[in-house]
Amino acid sequence: MIIRGDEPEQIKLLRKLYKPGNYFMQGNEAVAYGALFAGCRFYAGYPITPSSEIAETMARELPKLGGYYLQMEDEIGSIAAMIGASWTGFKVMTATAGPGFSLMQENLGYAVMTETPLVLVDVQRSGPSTGQATKGAQGDFFQARWGTHGDHPIVAVSPTSGQDAFWEIIRAFNIAERLRTPVVFLFDGILAHTRELVKIPDVDEVKITYRKLPQNEEEAKLPFGDPHGDGVPPMPLFGHGYFTHVTGSTHKENGLRDVYTPEVHDRLVRRIHRKIEQNRHVYEKYEEHFTDDAEILVVSWGVTARPALGAVLKARREGIKVGLFVPKTVHPFPGERMRELGKRVRAVLVPEMNLGQMILEVQRFVNDDVLLKGVNKIGGVPLTVEEILREIRGVA
Amino acid sequence: MMYLKSAYEIRDKYLRKDMLPTIFCPGCGIGSVLQFTLRAIDDLGLNQDEIVWVSGIGCSSRVPGFVNFDGLHTTHGRALAFATGIKLTNPNLKIIAFMGDGDTAAIGGNHFIHAIRRNLDVTVILINNFTYGMTGGQVAPTTLKGLRGTTAPYGQFENPFDIAGLAVAAGANYVARWTVFNYLQGINSIKKALSKEGFTLVEFLSPCPVSFGRRNRMKTAPELIRWYQKITVPLAKAKKMPPEELEGKIVIGEFVDRDRPGLVREYQEYIKRAKRMMGWEQ
Repeated sequence: MIIRGDEPEQIKLLRKLYKPGNYFMQGNEAVAYGALFAGCRFYAGYPITPSSEIAETMARELPKLGGYYLQMEDEIGSIAAMIGASWTGFKVMTATAGPGFSLMQENLGYAVMTETPLVLVDVQRSGPSTGQATKGAQGDFFQARWGTHGDHPIVAVSPTSGQDAFWEIIRAFNIAERLRTPVVFLFDGILAHTRELVKIPDVDEVKITYRKLPQNEEEAKLPFGDPHGDGVPPMPLFGHGYFTHVTGSTHKENGLRDVYTPEVHDRLVRRIHRKIEQNRHVYEKYEEHFTDDAEILVVSWGVTARPALGAVLKARREGIKVGLFVPKTVHPFPGERMRELGKRVRAVLVPEMNLGQMILEVQRFVNDDVLLKGVNKIGGVPLTVEEILREIRGVA
Repeated sequence: MMYLKSAYEIRDKYLRKDMLPTIFCPGCGIGSVLQFTLRAIDDLGLNQDEIVWVSGIGCSSRVPGFVNFDGLHTTHGRALAFATGIKLTNPNLKIIAFMGDGDTAAIGGNHFIHAIRRNLDVTVILINNFTYGMTGGQVAPTTLKGLRGTTAPYGQFENPFDIAGLAVAAGANYVARWTVFNYLQGINSIKKALSKEGFTLVEFLSPCPVSFGRRNRMKTAPELIRWYQKITVPLAKAKKMPPEELEGKIVIGEFVDRDRPGLVREYQEYIKRAKRMMGWEQ
């Protein structure tokens, strides 16, 4: 009943439909095709600029693969339907933008608490509120981290190009499944609508993971336990006779509600945090350019990492010892590596399309004697190589 | 015809013993409706492994935690949206949504009408007690005009929703409304609802003496039931009554019983159509 992306029939279909090769496509399309390769066979969404092409591509392709596309009544319903489908064993995704992401925060918290794997694509647009609906931005960095209420961990991945988006969405699915957790995919309106070269690989080059299923009755009866010591409980699926109870309220290892015992809440919420913290190797990823001898470090992410790299290359040609650090998994922030790099430089620049968000994470890991400066731009137009280069020269 | 098993038999088979006693107050009607539902399941001989209970937030939404079935206790008002994902991806599962009136008609109103519009294959068991019981008796979108709640201490001034009527208008396949003392009609309606394709709804007027009755001079369940007897009119009788006589009354009975194709069947047809349009199938 579950349609898995790694079944022979599905692999045959993927090969037939999406021939390996170079394509000229939109970032949004790259995300959708990446999701199909990752095994996503259920999509529920609500149209919103600049994310709609992801929904449109999924609506066109999923029925061919026997999968499910549903246009829900709103974003709240979209993430709810996804969570329902995830509990029958499907890999699920939705895509939205700022206002829709705000609506999804309620059930994003539910997915954290019930440890439901899903991938939520937020094509960041200029806010607050409706803002500039068609323009890209990077203003949802902390909404992804802290948008839903209460203590909770979150994993967020952010790509830097269409090609990168294809592979990173697959990685996002693998993290979600491996750690039984929701993963936020922080895309943006600029990459989403940029058409560029995307190479579609052969199915064999794509390694995909599925969640752990219970191996015996005992494991199935503890859907929120930790039988393997890695903090990740196997996930019993609905319809298998385990009588699994799932609730967003505080629950014991067996899934049954207990909101009165302080230890039960403490144990559950700390284990969910530990699950993410102790499995850093599953999701931690960053890129470095010229960091070996750098005296100045540029830290950037998502779409802005591209002009940042351009600026670093130009500055190097001018003899400025500057490096670039690009977290690809932005939450949890790669703090240890940031700390190491921060010790070796005298200035850190953080260009981003907001009024200073990732810079606050950087600040936590960089000593006070290092000059820390944001390069910020809002209004929907991306930062340019020249703008970042000017700042590099300014601290050189 | 049905074989009446003892309540103990039903309890032992279907309830999670370690979750008892329930949270329900003395005189609450939810336990009765739960029993009707379990008896209907038992009578139909449905497979316990193939039923999922979903719910939102509220007193009635706590029911999935008490029963021995797969269950998804979700966020306030969203049960039917969650159910959509479960049902579509595993059509073998029968979905029972146990919902309250605030959950259904206020915060979940949009999900409710759209689940019906899609004709999602689900059976909604609706507890309508005219109030928000769990939070202490605030007025609900079902509270009749003039009745009191903690947030309308001088009597409700808004119009109430007729949830069953709304479901009929939105296109549900089966809609019935009873009070908790319509024992046999209630069980039979649930049985019928569970046997049908598409969206089915059985609404129960259910006493909440503690949060609702107390504030409206009906401190006990018997007083509330006598009040129900006064305000309810069977459908056959209501049809012969002039509209002015029906003012302030609640009609009970079976409102609709039809067989429009459900969402699962429609989607399967859609996939076939897609494959035909791709030229893969004739």
